[in-house]
Amino acid sequence: MLARLFPHPLLSCLIAVVWVLLVNGPSPGSVLMGLVLGLILPWLTRPFWPERPRLRAPLTILEYVCIVLFDICVANLQVAYLVLFRRPEALRSRFVVVPLDTRVPEAIVTLAGTITMTPGTVSCDVSADGRALLVHALDAADPEELVATIKRRYERRLLEIFG
Amino acid sequence: MSGALAIAGEALVALAILVGSFFLLVGSFGLLRLPTFVQRLHAPTKATTLGVGGILIASMLYFLFTTGRLSVHELLITLFLFLTAPVSAYMLAKAYLFHRRAERELPPSGRPVGWATFDPAASRDDPDEALRPR
Repeated sequence: MLARLFPHPLLSCLIAVVWVLLVNGPSPGSVLMGLVLGLILPWLTRPFWPERPRLRAPLTILEYVCIVLFDICVANLQVAYLVLFRRPEALRSRFVVVPLDTRVPEAIVTLAGTITMTPGTVSCDVSADGRALLVHALDAADPEELVATIKRRYERRLLEIFG
Repeated sequence: MSGALAIAGEALVALAILVGSFFLLVGSFGLLRLPTFVQRLHAPTKATTLGVGGILIASMLYFLFTTGRLSVHELLITLFLFLTAPVSAYMLAKAYLFHRRAERELPPSGRPVGWATFDPAASRDDPDEALRPR
């Protein structure tokens, strides 16, 4: 009964929180409206979410967010330097292949998004069986090192989070 | 608010705006300067992170100093940008690869199947099927 009413409790909470933030501040009315939306929207969009992704290791999620934000700042500076001071012909741009260990679609989407948001790399395609990512690097002197960094820094933690 | 504090607040806001617009400028400059499409694709993903981030921090600080209330709309803008920017970059990259018919320029996927843009195995009726273990 409860599982039918709340097919996705995390999604419901997220919708409620986003609604309260959208009206810029909690008030009894906005919290109530957020809860109503959090109840109705997951129920209406149920066909889009056949499975419920399980999130483990909440501390790792926090750690992951902090690492990604930090990397975005550092990599922005690197790319600004490359764009401003390096001749475009001297950039060692190339495609690299990141083989995936994780099989969870949500983890792969998060990893692809992370790779795109950390500047210097953009994820371009996925292999037809969903087990390798095609990543374009703006300037990669050592492609193997880049792939190893992505796997060690991001994918290992996503494996812990999504299982 | 007292005078000195107001000036310090305005200086902080101005600094955040300057940092943000610097990175937006670098992003646009990269868009102009880089020669190939995939390289230019790097520029918009840059501008949306630190560039827009700086402007949003400035906006939050400004409303904190002038109204004394914390504005959280900026956090939502950041969240929505982080959700939409990678998807649009991914779609642009796929459209480029497809249009160029660039399959031979790509490294092999290292899998028995090819890249999803070119391999018919990925375009079956059930898009999730390709993701299930075989």
